[in-house]
Amino acid sequence: MTATEVLVTRGARGARKGRRPSDTVRRKTPHKGAIAIFTGPFSVLFLLFYLIPIGYAVWQSLLVVERDGLYGEPTEVFGGLTQYLLVFQNAPFWESVGRVLLFGVVQVPIMLGLALLFALLLDSPVLKGKKFFRLAFFAPYAVPGVIAAIMWGFLYSPNLSPFTQVTQNVDFLSPQLVLWSIANVVTWVFVGYNMLIIYSALLAIPAEVYEAARLDGAGQVRIAWSIKIPMIAPALILTAVFSIIGTLQLLAEPQVFRSFSAAVSSTYTPNMTIYATSAIPNTHLAAAFSVVLALATFVLSFVFLKVTQRKAEQ
Amino acid sequence: MSLLTRTAGATADDLKPSSRGPKESILSRGAALIVMGVFTLYFLVPIWWLFIASTKDRGDLLTTNALWFADWNFFANVGDLLTYNDGIYVRWLLNSLGYAGVGALLATVFAGMCGYALAKYRFRGREAYFNTVLGGVLVPATALALPLFLLFSQVNMTNTFWAVLLPSIVSPFGVYLSRIYASASVPDELIEAGRIDGASEVRTYFTISMRLMMPALITVFLFQFVSIWNNFFLPLIMLRSQELFPVTYGLYSWNTQLNQIPELRTYVLVGSFLSIVPLIIAFLLLQRFWRNGLGTGSVK
Repeated sequence: MTATEVLVTRGARGARKGRRPSDTVRRKTPHKGAIAIFTGPFSVLFLLFYLIPIGYAVWQSLLVVERDGLYGEPTEVFGGLTQYLLVFQNAPFWESVGRVLLFGVVQVPIMLGLALLFALLLDSPVLKGKKFFRLAFFAPYAVPGVIAAIMWGFLYSPNLSPFTQVTQNVDFLSPQLVLWSIANVVTWVFVGYNMLIIYSALLAIPAEVYEAARLDGAGQVRIAWSIKIPMIAPALILTAVFSIIGTLQLLAEPQVFRSFSAAVSSTYTPNMTIYATSAIPNTHLAAAFSVVLALATFVLSFVFLKVTQRKAEQ
Repeated sequence: MSLLTRTAGATADDLKPSSRGPKESILSRGAALIVMGVFTLYFLVPIWWLFIASTKDRGDLLTTNALWFADWNFFANVGDLLTYNDGIYVRWLLNSLGYAGVGALLATVFAGMCGYALAKYRFRGREAYFNTVLGGVLVPATALALPLFLLFSQVNMTNTFWAVLLPSIVSPFGVYLSRIYASASVPDELIEAGRIDGASEVRTYFTISMRLMMPALITVFLFQFVSIWNNFFLPLIMLRSQELFPVTYGLYSWNTQLNQIPELRTYVLVGSFLSIVPLIIAFLLLQRFWRNGLGTGSVK
């Protein structure tokens, strides 16, 4: 855009504003047609494939199936919170929730800690060959969870593993260890992704910010701890929220591990419970599980966001 | 905003002093290099092993050094894989490309338009609309899989290409990113200039504004492509006929049959390797866009 054009536009806008000083108070929305065209397709799709499914799941979760006698025709009737009562009585479901929470409490801090360490090293002047490391660490993110799980499943298997010395002494697929073996797969895939989010936030810090610290004689570690980490808090929060969501939704990796390890049951994680329940089929109970899980995810992410934001403001 | 991020980044990198005190520097340089070296092995050895494994025949897979080549059978393995079961593997790859390519393209177009409207026009209920979409970002895709299945079965559309494609066209995150980016990178003066020249709003968007938003749109496309490519629950719950499987679900189904059909093991390994190589190459080439886009999301 040329300078004259800018002037013309500014002039035009100024003129229009001048003519109608009160137009901000009450005016019909201009460009209604354009807004409809721009937002229309997304709104329709969002309604059809987000809002209606959520509503439908809630509705389904409120129904129960009743039969006339043992062999009677099944009919769906409104059952209120009957399904939710069943959810709360369902021990395997709550075991699976406990399992992913334990998983998350251990795996998320390790993963984000490593991602932060790598990002700080990439951003510090002490490291050479940054481009190579950035590429190498990010490469696993290109491997879908299913394929990463298949690959690591082979690596863990006692007879197939290239590390037979290790796998013959430690059974990574045993009931005690398999959860942490899955945690390793998830970490392997996602460290590089989180590293890149944090690294890009570090790059956005202007260099002048460090100057005072350097004059005061602060070393790289001190600068990282007192300046860099507080400044990239939003990025850390973002990665933490995405990780919390991911943990509660764990499905592909443990589902794949079922063919490598008998220790992984069909109700190992909440999502696997939903899948198993819907396959029985008991769609109403499965819908109730879905609603509970979606709510839990939403609430947990939201609370985490609020708590960390308040802390950051203090 | 990501444009700003990039330039700021470049200068920050250039201006940082390369060392403070030579002694500490050598020590910490060594430590940093060791840490990064060890983790390079951690990240790359599994992929290297998968490559080596796909060059071996069934006998060599178990008997030879797993991290080094034995007899080179890669092309024979690939040939077997591509012809097995009437070339179902190729079909799966094309399916994945269809689901992820078409889905991500449409998702990007729609999310870009919507984000732009939210950034550049004032209308009643705008913030409420945006907050609803933002809530959608926090609703995980897997939570939607089961209700979507129930709805699609109401209209007899489960086990179709559409059952996986249609839900993939929605990207609330894309709307969020497009809005932030459009507010920062498309000047109001430009839209006004378009109006003065008599261009319609829609035309102004498609001829000018969309180009300015290109970095964000590429990021949205990449994100959506990867999340569709990796989505497992939706195909798992929707699809029964293996002609419709995406490649990840196909490999998963082979992997579950290893006990009955042991020769599938080679196909699983070679198939896994073949399916990730194009993605890894694409990722490394497009990494610049990833970094910018990720920055845009987090700096805000």
